[in-house]
Parts: sequence; C-alpha cells; structure tokens
Amino acid sequence: MKPVMRSALAIAAVLAAVSGDAVAQDGQSFDRIERGRTLAVLGDCGACHTAPGGKPFAGGLALETPFGKIVAPNITPDRQTGIGNFTNAEFLSALREGRSRGGKLLYPAMPYPAYTKMSDDDVLAIRAYLATLTPVSNAVVSNQLPFPFNIRMAMLGWNWLNFTPGRYQPNSQKSAEWNRGAYIVQGPAHCGTCHTPKTVLGGDKAETPLAGGMLQGWYAPNITNDSRTGIGTWSKDEVVQYLKTGTNSWTLASGPMADAISHSTSQMVDADIAAIATYLKDSGLGGATAAAVAIAASDNAMRAGAAIFKDSCAACHKDSGLGEAHLFPRLAGSALVQADDPTTLARVVLHGTRAVATSAMPTAPAMPAFDWRLSDAQIAAVLTFVRNSWGNAAAPVAAGAVTKQRQSLAAAP
Amino acid sequence: MARKLPRKDVVIVGLGWTGSILAYELAKAGLDVVAIERGPWRDTATDFPPAYAQDELRYAIRLDLFLRPEQETLTFRNNASQSALPIRSFAGFLPGNGVGGAGVHWNGQTWRFLPTDFRLRSHLEERYGKNALPGDMTIQDWPVSYDELEPYYDRFEKLCGTSGKAGNLKGTVQPGGNPFEGWRSSDYPNPPLKQGLGAALFAEAAHKTGHTPFPQPASNMSEAYVNPLGLKLGQCTYCGFCERFGCGNYAKSSPQTCVLPALLRFPNFSAQTESEVTKINLDSTGKRATGVTYVDTSGEEWEQPADIVLVCAFSLFNVRLMLLSGIGQPYDGATGQGVVGRNYAYQTTSGVSLILKDKILNPFIATGAHGMMIDDYNGDNFDHSGLGFVGGGYMGAGQTGARPIQTRPVPAGTPKWGAQWKKATAETYQRAFSLSTHGSSYSYKDCYLDLDPTYKDRLGRPLMRMTFDFHDNELKMSAYLTARLAEIGRAMDPAEMTASPRKGPYNVNIYQTTHNTGGTVMGADPANSVVNRYCQSWDVHNVFVPGGASVFPQNHGYNPTDTVGALAYWTADAIKDRYLKNPGPLV
Repeated sequence: MKPVMRSALAIAAVLAAVSGDAVAQDGQSFDRIERGRTLAVLGDCGACHTAPGGKPFAGGLALETPFGKIVAPNITPDRQTGIGNFTNAEFLSALREGRSRGGKLLYPAMPYPAYTKMSDDDVLAIRAYLATLTPVSNAVVSNQLPFPFNIRMAMLGWNWLNFTPGRYQPNSQKSAEWNRGAYIVQGPAHCGTCHTPKTVLGGDKAETPLAGGMLQGWYAPNITNDSRTGIGTWSKDEVVQYLKTGTNSWTLASGPMADAISHSTSQMVDADIAAIATYLKDSGLGGATAAAVAIAASDNAMRAGAAIFKDSCAACHKDSGLGEAHLFPRLAGSALVQADDPTTLARVVLHGTRAVATSAMPTAPAMPAFDWRLSDAQIAAVLTFVRNSWGNAAAPVAAGAVTKQRQSLAAAP
Repeated sequence: MARKLPRKDVVIVGLGWTGSILAYELAKAGLDVVAIERGPWRDTATDFPPAYAQDELRYAIRLDLFLRPEQETLTFRNNASQSALPIRSFAGFLPGNGVGGAGVHWNGQTWRFLPTDFRLRSHLEERYGKNALPGDMTIQDWPVSYDELEPYYDRFEKLCGTSGKAGNLKGTVQPGGNPFEGWRSSDYPNPPLKQGLGAALFAEAAHKTGHTPFPQPASNMSEAYVNPLGLKLGQCTYCGFCERFGCGNYAKSSPQTCVLPALLRFPNFSAQTESEVTKINLDSTGKRATGVTYVDTSGEEWEQPADIVLVCAFSLFNVRLMLLSGIGQPYDGATGQGVVGRNYAYQTTSGVSLILKDKILNPFIATGAHGMMIDDYNGDNFDHSGLGFVGGGYMGAGQTGARPIQTRPVPAGTPKWGAQWKKATAETYQRAFSLSTHGSSYSYKDCYLDLDPTYKDRLGRPLMRMTFDFHDNELKMSAYLTARLAEIGRAMDPAEMTASPRKGPYNVNIYQTTHNTGGTVMGADPANSVVNRYCQSWDVHNVFVPGGASVFPQNHGYNPTDTVGALAYWTADAIKDRYLKNPGPLV
C-alpha cells in the first residue's frame, strides 16, 4: 500500500470516530430517533397523549383520577399548542421532576415519579423522536380538576411527601438483563403507577411495590413473584408471552392492561420484554403469602354459587375451572381470582370485558355482561364459589361490594 | 346524485364467508379493500354472547339474525302460468342479514361434492346413455375438476377447524370415514364430534343393513382449535343452538370466529355496514366496471369507485345485482336463451320420524352438524339403472338440537293442545328422533330467476322473481331415498315411524333449507354460464362472483358451504396470481 493512501485511510478512520461521536448528539440521527421511538413505546406515551380517534400524541385523553379529571396535553412539536418551544432542559424537567415550562407543577398523572429514574440520554432520545412528528395544532386544557385540587401549587407539598427524584441506580449483584428489566419497570414503563398500592394522597406505598393497586374502577393485580397472590406460578416464558401477545395459558389481558399491551408491551423489542420478565420473577420477597382457608362447599353461598356457575359460567370456564388457554381465562389457581380486592371480578361479571387483540393473538374474545341477569347476591355467591373451588381460597364476596360496584359503574360516564 | 368516494383497489359486495375470505386474501396481498354490507356489524361479544345466545324466541322464532322482507324480498311462483306474488315473510328459506351472513346462523355441515358431481352430465351420459336424462334437464359439467378444487377444500376446512373422519386419504379408503368421498390430501383438522345415543342407534342399524355410517363432517369444534390465521376457537358444548343462532362460545366456525378479527388488523381494509349496493357501475363500453353505487340508511347515495368488484352477497342477491346492473344476458324462461338467472336449483329434503321404545335419547345434547350419516345413496354412488331418476343425497341421523319451543314431538293422532298434548309431549320428547335425507336438486329449463314485471322494492327497483317447482326426477329420487332410510329406521325397532318423502308442489311457506343455488352459474362456455372457471364475468372482466352458491350449475346432494368456501379461495388465488399481473379475461 502506498504511504499516501495509508495516511488517507488513517484520516478517514479518525473522521469516522469523530463523526460517530457527533452522531450520538445529533437530533437527526436515525439510531437516536429510533431509540427514542422504542423508549416512547416502553413509556407508553401514546396511551395517554392520544385521544380516542385523535391524532397520535396530540393530546386529549381524559384520565379519571380519584381527585377528578386530568387531560393529557399535546406533545407534538407544534409551537403554540404542543411542546415545540420546549428546550431540552425544560423537557427533562417536565419528565423527571414534574415541572413544566415556567416552573408549572405537573400532576403525577404524568408519571414523573417513575420517569425520574430515566437517564438524560434516554429522555432526550424520546425528545428527538417526538421532534420528528408532524406538528398538530390542538389546544388542550389539562387541568380540569375541581377546587381545591386544581391548585397546582399543592403539588409542592405532594412532591415533598411522595416524590423522590433520582436516576436509576444499578444493582451490581444482579445481571445486566435484570438491571435492564428493573430500569424499564421502575422507569419508562412505570408499572408501579398502576400496580403499586397507593396512599390516601395517591402516592406509592414504597414498602409494597407492585403488590396491586386500584385505578379507574379496576384492580391492577399484584405482579410480584408471590406464588399465591402474584405471578409466582407463571414461568418467565409465560410472563413474556403475556406481555408480547396479551395472553398466556393462565389469562387474557383486558381493561387498562389491554391498552398497555396494545400500545406498549406488544410493541417492545423481545430483549426488553425478557428483561422485564427476569426482573419481575426475581424481585420482591417471593415466596407465598399465607393461604386463606377455603370456604366449605356446604356453605350456602358456595352451594348457590356452584349452581349459578354451572348454569352461566361452566360452558366457557369449564367445570374444572381450567377454562381454555388464550380464550377463556383459567379460574383455578388464578391469583387475580383470589386477590384480596375483588373489584375486577365483580366488574367483569357485571359489565363484561373484552380481551386485547394483538398480531400474535388476534381473537380478542369477550366476557359477556351479566348485570341484567344476576342479582348482586347471586354475583357475590358465584364469585365466592370461584374464589373457593378447585384449590382456590379467598375471602367471601359480600353482596354489598357488588352493589357498590354496580352503582359506581352506573355512575361512570 | 351520488357522492363520489376515493377510489379503492377492490370493492366487495357483502361481508359473509366469501366476502371475508376474499377481503383477507386481497388485503394481505396489499390491495386497498372496502366491503359494503347491507346489514349491521355483528360480533360474538355484542350480538350473541353466551349470556343470551340461546334465546329460541328471539333467534329461532322471531328470526333476529335474518333478512327482513322489507329490506329485500322476491316474488315466487311454481311455474310460468302463474302470477308470482311477493314473499311477505321468509319461511321456506331464510337469508341471513349482516356481517357474517349465513356463516353466522348455519349449522356447520361441511361436505365436499363428489368428484363425479363436477362432471355430472358427462358422467351420467357415459354411464347411462345420452337419452337417460330428461330433455328439459339443464345440468352441466362444472368448469373445474374435483382434483383442482381439492387443495382449496382443504384450505377452507383448515380455516374452519372442521371435525370429522377422513374416508379417503390420497386414494386409500379409511375405516370409520365416508368411503364414497373424493380423495383428501389430509384428514380433517379436528377429530369427529362425540355422538349421542340416537345417532349411535342409527349407525348400528345402518351397519346391520349393509351400509357404511360415519360421523357427519362438522364445523363445530370437537376440540379447541387455532386456525391458520391465528384465531382460536373453543370446544363445542353440544348446547344444540346452532341453526338460526350465532355461537356465543366461539365453537362454531363463522367469519366472526375464523376470519374477521385477523382481517380487521389490516389498515388497508375497511367495512361500510348498513349500506346496500344498488348497482355495479359500468364504463361507456359496458365491458369494464368502474365501481358500485350504494345507499346508506339515511337514503344518501354514494359511489365507490374500484378497479375490481367482487359480488359476495347471498346467492339469490348476487343474481339480482347482476340483473339490475345489466351484466350478462338475462335468462328468458320461454325461449331458454340468456344466462343470468338460468339454472336456479334448490335441495330436495325429506324425513323419517321415529318414536323409539323405552329409550332416553337426551336429544338436546347436539350440535348443528351432529350425527351419523351414510352416503351410499348420494350422487352416482349407486346404480341408477331402471330406477327412473338420477341424483341422490346423504341421509342419516342428524341431531341439530331439540329446543323447547320448536321441538314438541307427539304420536300421530294426539290433540294439538290441552292436557293430552302436554302428557304426550312429556312422554315422547325423550324417545322421538328424526332421520333425514339431503337430496340433490338438478336444474331445468323452467326453473329460473328473472326480474319481476310488477313488484318493486323500497328503492323502486324490480324485485327478483323465482319460478321453481320440484320435477318428477327429484320426487322419484326422494321417494327412493326415503324408502331406503325407512328400512334402516325399521331396523331400529321403533314404536312408531312416519316416512315423509318430498311431495310437490314446492311450498315456499314451509321451511326446508336455505340452499338456493344457481343463477350466475360457472361454466366453460359463455352460452350457458355467467362466469368462467375463475368465477369471472364473461362480459365484464373486473367483476367476479367468487364462489357464492349462485355459481353452482346445479345443486348436489350435499350442503353448499364447503364448496362455497373452496371456490372463494380458488378465486382469490386466480385474482392474486393471474388477474393482478394481467387484468383482462382469464379465459
């Protein structure tokens, strides 16, 4: 090789190294934008920031919180109604500190208590991706809370009590995959926003992460590795299959989790889903919460429930309670069926629900509504029966709990 | 003036079995597809959930899922000397309404036609001589062979997850199956359904009398099933509510359970429901369709331009749409000239009812296509020499359910109401059993469809007129088959038995079957067919009638759906592999 050519190659190599570095900071870099898109999927930004039937990320979905209604804003790069005028620092602050432009305090319906775990680079990659969207002019009034919750300054106090800012700290005792999973679950995927029990103020109960919470009239189940009340009986592959397809041999996703799967987890890259499963299967205390004692089959509610089950439920869920994989959820051994909080159970019997459709599992079967056919006492009896049959054991369901759920569903918009 | 919509690659008229299969295949191939459906959207969860799917009054008596005559009806007469009158309530046959079409309310009987059925005229003339057939019988060979269609039958049965037992695997007869069936490239995707006591007793008697009984092929799931589109079906509960009902348990094959959830994932597919296509529009040459015109429920008229028009409605309404659109020469019953409306045929059914001694049959344990059958007297499976007729049908113990309102069997001579009737009902219900024959209906010069000169629909368009009666050949066939069936019935040692062979004239007010065929028949010659072997119009090359029973040249001794589904796939392949590459006449 001639010397001239050799030195030309050397210069080219140096240039390549320099420009490679520059690419990482380049808002127009394909890799960075694609990573931002992947992270926006992990964070499920579109779920809240897209109105039903509306333009993606143009805002408008109303979130029903225990305190009132909050509408997710427009996050397209429109300069007037979107986030086109945000600086990177303002974007970082909004996502991770809950402080928007001009220091305006956000409500934690925006999951900044989770996003605070995210790195600068990841947050700015999301920003780079959002900057590539077509600007949509759509003015959204976010704060539709009633007095006194509409006073944003109140969030100062809330943050002081409930919010711990700070990036994710890797656990050097665990694998890289586990750490990736922990980062996703705690940070962008903000699983705890729904699945962690809340204090009266709506803050996370830090001592019981992912142990099950209530939102929008649904019980978001315990997703710790507890083998009775959590996902301890699911294999890692079953966790992966659930997140990827919306169903596994145990159950099918519906309600708010159907949205999370449709918009977020089913679109995640396989390595990220595997990392989430690795983390969830190896976090918390594991083991099994002490089992309740099953109610005797001779109990009046159990006998009534058995008859109702045979008549209205067994055709799909089978006499064995095993259901049919990917079609009719299995009741025998189901943690959700035995959960302390029977809200979701009462809800799906009253109003029915529909499973999520994904490319891998497009069937999307449905549970029909029984509110017109079964009384509150009958629903309570059949739920008591399914919670205490085939080896299941859980507290009986009171008719009053079904009545309350029926009333709140009737009042819902 | 119709408002013009943006152009689509493909417009589909009707979203039942053929419409949904074609939509899926062509959307998957990347085409922009819209389906226009007269009836409402129908979905398991919202229209027939298991909480009330088995409402006999709503679905079987009040016919909730069916077409209302005020939406569309037709006029009927037995022969050309009569004045046809409008059918004011559907009874003899029940056209479906809405997304899924007849695929929602069918029983699930999934039969292939015989290889000889596809070359019917040639076969019969070869075996019995040129003069064996009545002069006015207009049967003709199909333009496709059984061998060509076999892979497509296989595809449709795998889509459905049909339960059954092969009788002929690649030419080798299989014990337990139908030994007369054409060769199959693979066994049924699901094992046979479990049989009830009535069917078992019939099978025993049939075997004893020298016949070969086998389980009826059924698109009711004997086991849970995942079809090639990734859709999951549940195991049948044998509830006995298939015919006239939608299945709430995801256990009966239908467009809803087998196609639509996968189809809806294509962003290049859309459906326009509660909109009736009134006309296929042609360009100034009359040789090319430019799309369709449809009317929505508010009476607003829309034009949907498209490069390909697929006519996928119920068979009778396919014929009417072609007549109203002026595609192909209308058939004239007086002269026998013309093709559209020619060779309308039906089905020749009959029954033998039994009341057995001291048996508990539990007849309510059933599925739509439950039962044990024999095929010894179908098509040309038996020697017709000296019998005075051609054709035949399968027969046996089909048990579609014993629903409480409609199933009230009582011995002959029982009062029609009152205490004695109640007592007889209670004593008979568990012991009564029906056997049936499902016979062919060959086509004739004087059985046809045309536009009625007098009666019009709500949009001012002429109703279609049906001119049909059973011919001697079919009545003799039915008498022969019913007598054979009664012999087997007698071998079951009944306390009481009544054989009812089909008698003329055809009565459109008594339910027999909804298997209406012909009118846009497929053929090798434009002189006696409306569409070619690819179900493509001879006259307008971008109009296809992809496999509705209206393309059958005559009707054979089987239920039509398997052949309808096979032809839908056959046409989809012809469009994808041949027509798109070189749009024009494929023959």
